[in-house]
Amino acid sequence: MIPRYQTILFIVLLVASVAMGGVLWQLRERAHQRLIAGQDSAPTQAPAVAPAEQATLVVANDDDNTLLRQAQSLPLPQDPGERARAILGKLLDLYAAHGSAHPVPGGSGSIAQVFLLPVSAQNSESGAAPGSSNASGAMPRVEAKPAAPKTSDPIPSDSGPLLAVVNLTGAFVAGHPSGIETETLTVLSLCGTLHANLPRVTQVRFLVDGKPGATLAGHADLTRTYLATDDVAQP
Amino acid sequence: MLARPEIPYRSAACSQGLRPSLLFWILTTLAAASNLAGAQAAPAAPQARFVVVLDAAHGGDDAGGRLTGGIPEKAFTLALSVRLRSLLAARGMQVVTTRESDSTVDPNRRADIANHANAQACLSLHGTESGSGIHLYTSSLAPAEPTRFAAFKTAQAAWVTRSLALAGVVNSSMLQAGLPVTLGRTTLLAVDSMACPAVAVEIAPKSPHDRATGGPPTADLDNVDYQARVAEALAAALLEWRTEAREP
Repeated sequence: MIPRYQTILFIVLLVASVAMGGVLWQLRERAHQRLIAGQDSAPTQAPAVAPAEQATLVVANDDDNTLLRQAQSLPLPQDPGERARAILGKLLDLYAAHGSAHPVPGGSGSIAQVFLLPVSAQNSESGAAPGSSNASGAMPRVEAKPAAPKTSDPIPSDSGPLLAVVNLTGAFVAGHPSGIETETLTVLSLCGTLHANLPRVTQVRFLVDGKPGATLAGHADLTRTYLATDDVAQP
Repeated sequence: MLARPEIPYRSAACSQGLRPSLLFWILTTLAAASNLAGAQAAPAAPQARFVVVLDAAHGGDDAGGRLTGGIPEKAFTLALSVRLRSLLAARGMQVVTTRESDSTVDPNRRADIANHANAQACLSLHGTESGSGIHLYTSSLAPAEPTRFAAFKTAQAAWVTRSLALAGVVNSSMLQAGLPVTLGRTTLLAVDSMACPAVAVEIAPKSPHDRATGGPPTADLDNVDYQARVAEALAAALLEWRTEAREP
């Protein structure tokens, strides 16, 4: 014969188990609904057809070690980071094209992201982040400046200087030709192009697959902050 | 040429004590000698040693770029360093190299070697298939006043002006040798930390690839004559740099 107290204990435990099962089921349903709601609002909006705008590319030439401004018309998104990424992608498409004067494989997919951040007050005062320099003059030079089309600067917030963080893909860095000249020209043309189209960008840093990289392809130092000015980007 | 007054050798007298008249004569003679020396041009100082640091870029695990015929850049720079070292030694220069074999040398270690050598010229040797001719690069650091304690990463800042002068001398020498030159400034980890007049010399094919046809350049990096011309031109430049450094 089962004692009475054991029967009561069994019934209480059974009720508790069923109750906990019910609660878990409810939590699961809620989580499921939350995921479904997230999927609804998350990723893919149909791409709006952006109107073509004028952008200025600072194009490198290995033969004479120059940077040449070139106006291009291309559809540009309104988001500043995406806009910068699209412009740099166009620049790298030119480099990846057959017969380029600065052949670099990869194309537009080589820029993973571009982040635009306000330059801190300390960096503004010193003109650059620690480890950077502000050398003047010197090669390579920017030649033949056609009237640079002033694109609108659609970055919200105040009008302070910006630091652009360019996240390069590892594949781009691995495939970049090795050499002081070619690497320097790539870095300077990216910096110059950013500044030409987003004048508030005064400093540029580079990441490789989201992490700091030592060099681009064995030479150009990617640990420093590059200054971008009207004349030419300076490391 | 003015003859120096003869000073009699008196070591024995010194040990035994000198008479006052003799001591007076010696002091007078020494004073006259010093006046004579002051009247004429300062006597030539003993020839200071002239040290050149050759930094063969890359090495070991770091092969650098891939050059003509599949030659890794590290082998090209080492061969050029060895050739140039012989030429400079033959011209009476003391040469310090950052590596003598296919070994991995950290950029900071390269700068350390250069800084401890107290060199009058530092050349970082590179090779590339991109572009054409000789690329001369100096640090893009802004010139700064020399300080007692310089930041290691930007030690070159105090030497940028001298480095630009050295690049000018190398440029002239290359042009005299008929080699096309492009000048530039960049950031290189090793060079930026060197406390000496430093120039990165990057040797590219003499003429650019014909991109339309994909034809080969006329003088590739594995051309022995081309390498010899570059090395000779660099040696001539450093000879000129030494001459300039010794001029008052």
